[in-house]
Amino acid sequence: MPALTSAAELERLRQEIVSRNHPDRPRVSVCAGAGCLATGAARVIAAFDTEIETQGLKGEVQVKATGCPGFCERGPIVVIDPGQTCYLQVAPKDVPTIVSKTLKEKTVIDRLLYADATTKERAVRESDIPFYKNQERNIIGNNIKIDPQCIDDYLALGGYSALAKVLSRMTAEQVVEEIGKSGLRGRGGGGFPTGVKWDAARNAPGETKYVIVNADEGDPGAFMDRAVLEGNPHSILEGLLIGAYAIGAREGYVYVRQEYPLALKNVGIAIRQAEEYGFLGSNILGSGFDFRVQVHRGAGAFVCGEETALILSLEGRPGEPRSRPPYPATRGLWGKPTNINNVETWANVPLIINRGADWFAQFGTAGSKGTKIFSLVGKIRNTGLVEVPMGVTLRDIVYKIGDGIPGGKKFKAVQTGGPAGGCIPEEHLDIAVDFDALTKAGAMMGSGGMIVLDEDTCMVDVARYFVNFLAQESCGKCSPCREGIKQMHRILTNITEGRGKEGDIELLEELAMTTGSASLCALGRSAPNPVLSTIRHFRAEYEAHIREKRCLSYSCKDLVSYYIDPQACAACLLCMKRCTSEAISGARDRIHVIDQQKCNKCGTCFDVCPSKFDAVVRLTGERVPEPVPDALRVVVRKKAAAHAGQKETG
Amino acid sequence: MDAARIEQIINHHGCEAGSLIQILLDIQNELHWLPREALEMVSEKLRVPLSRIQHTTTFYKAFSLVPRGRHEIGVCVGTACHVRGASRVLEVVQNVTGIQPGETDAEMKFSLNTVNCLGCCALGPVMEIDAQHLGRLVPDKAADLLKNYQ
Repeated sequence: MPALTSAAELERLRQEIVSRNHPDRPRVSVCAGAGCLATGAARVIAAFDTEIETQGLKGEVQVKATGCPGFCERGPIVVIDPGQTCYLQVAPKDVPTIVSKTLKEKTVIDRLLYADATTKERAVRESDIPFYKNQERNIIGNNIKIDPQCIDDYLALGGYSALAKVLSRMTAEQVVEEIGKSGLRGRGGGGFPTGVKWDAARNAPGETKYVIVNADEGDPGAFMDRAVLEGNPHSILEGLLIGAYAIGAREGYVYVRQEYPLALKNVGIAIRQAEEYGFLGSNILGSGFDFRVQVHRGAGAFVCGEETALILSLEGRPGEPRSRPPYPATRGLWGKPTNINNVETWANVPLIINRGADWFAQFGTAGSKGTKIFSLVGKIRNTGLVEVPMGVTLRDIVYKIGDGIPGGKKFKAVQTGGPAGGCIPEEHLDIAVDFDALTKAGAMMGSGGMIVLDEDTCMVDVARYFVNFLAQESCGKCSPCREGIKQMHRILTNITEGRGKEGDIELLEELAMTTGSASLCALGRSAPNPVLSTIRHFRAEYEAHIREKRCLSYSCKDLVSYYIDPQACAACLLCMKRCTSEAISGARDRIHVIDQQKCNKCGTCFDVCPSKFDAVVRLTGERVPEPVPDALRVVVRKKAAAHAGQKETG
Repeated sequence: MDAARIEQIINHHGCEAGSLIQILLDIQNELHWLPREALEMVSEKLRVPLSRIQHTTTFYKAFSLVPRGRHEIGVCVGTACHVRGASRVLEVVQNVTGIQPGETDAEMKFSLNTVNCLGCCALGPVMEIDAQHLGRLVPDKAADLLKNYQ
């Protein structure tokens, strides 16, 4: 393929690709994102390839391995066009039927469709599934339509037309102005206005400038950026090219964490294809604009998501943040003006250029425009990626899209903003989700992690978990962060292990204040959030741990004991067989007893004890009763099997 | 250690100090750890002091300065897995293998690590063994799965 040399050539190529792919031609799209691959999507794709050949449809049906559409809970996901028929949790054994019934006979297979849990009503089309229906999927909506390793798929949807528009019809100033007017704010967590950032880098003196994609997505439980990197890498490159043109950069980097092998692969392929088509290189689309991009693998350090640390890491050094100013816009990579934006921020750029700042600004609230992708995980029925306009309430996200809490459990809180974010309790579920409202509620937007917690989650343990994470990831350069977080972690560990004492809460608050105000970078400055927000909303849980040595969620194992109620035990052997520490003694006719010394409190016995007996009980803050004397442990069974649940001791 | 292969990796990255992390990652992927001789070669070729290389290799989690076992276990302790009981899974894995995160057993069978998020939260708690994802774990299931590895 010879490189394209003008916007007109690009448009001709696009029309050619579209005419090749007739809309009536049957197409099977299978999500090949990391989540679906983990549940066997690769085997499903292979099964389609074989089955289509065996059933004589080779050449007539196209099979596509696409990006992630977000409904990870029900993967592997298959969408069949024309008609957008969406099948969920597809296994290789379902494939022969799909090929014969749906592709050949054009009938729908009911059992593979989405079914509403309460009404049992089925949804055929992807867009009718409540999980999708309540979203506004400007960015990830395209993932299921694109084979990320095929640039033609992106071009067919109008890909690189925003770049062509910018290069042929807009000045650099106009581009910066348009992005500024749209109200786009950084999606990586800072929420800084993108237009202002670009303007600063554009106006910074210097010939050599750099643009960087920050794809060092490190928040545990957050994978929005990965879905875009894996699923639609060209959209990021197109945004980066537009930014480079606006700022005056000739070189760019994509900084991807090496824990994302598929993202690295797809971004690498996308760069090679873009070079081949002439979107990267010299004299791009005949405009005289030159731009090259390289991939840099991150080696596993959370703090490298911070821009000054990321820059050092790009230079081959340990990523320890430095104080700002000077900001990277004036002194960045190799000391040159540098503009760094997050993956999702870059992916929004082509949309804004193509559809206009006003189109973008129609979504969202006064201070936060556009849509935001959230990774909805934890104790939620529909785990997955959710793209909604800013301003939607947390309640809508959790209940309308996420379908609430599984297992009949009670909602407790949503944790947003990553490790340094905060927890939002039930009474604030109606706040509109945007940068400012979340900060006001003591949490933050962060990069978009949204972890739902239920009654089984201990809030003191959640705070300890995040502080432990931050303690491990603190680079150690400044002492308030290095020492402050370590001390908070020590106190929280004491509390969760039953060694909490009066005054601990106040000491935590004091340490949080100091760490938050005196640390060098955002990691330390926001580290108090998980502690302060849980104290603010769940103080009673802290007090129960400290004063009564009770964990109300039965989650802190040092405060919990497992005990088998001799009156209820049916000596069924189940817990004994599955105990992971050989702590349970008993026999077919002997009541089971847990040796408290050996028990590792893994909770397996509690989980497996049949509900008709419910013999295993959890205790917290109280003494474990003495085990029944040996002589009383014999279970006399009645002959009739129907009465297996009843027993007599003697 | 294959010195020629290390040299090839260094040359592939243009023998530049700025590529230090990329070079170390490639060596790590090739050998599954970073032997001292390899680091000395990198130091000499790139003209970067060994102390700075040491600083870098201990700063980033991807690097290991000791040999790794035949099977690499990564127990996900990301937030979604944590609230679904990852710590119980981790504890059982530790008991069965007899090693703590960051360690390798004496027979070189397993190396254990915790990872912060594998991004398949719908399957939580998850662990990966040799890059294969094993999901929806409960403690006794995790213990059983480990028996499949030699």
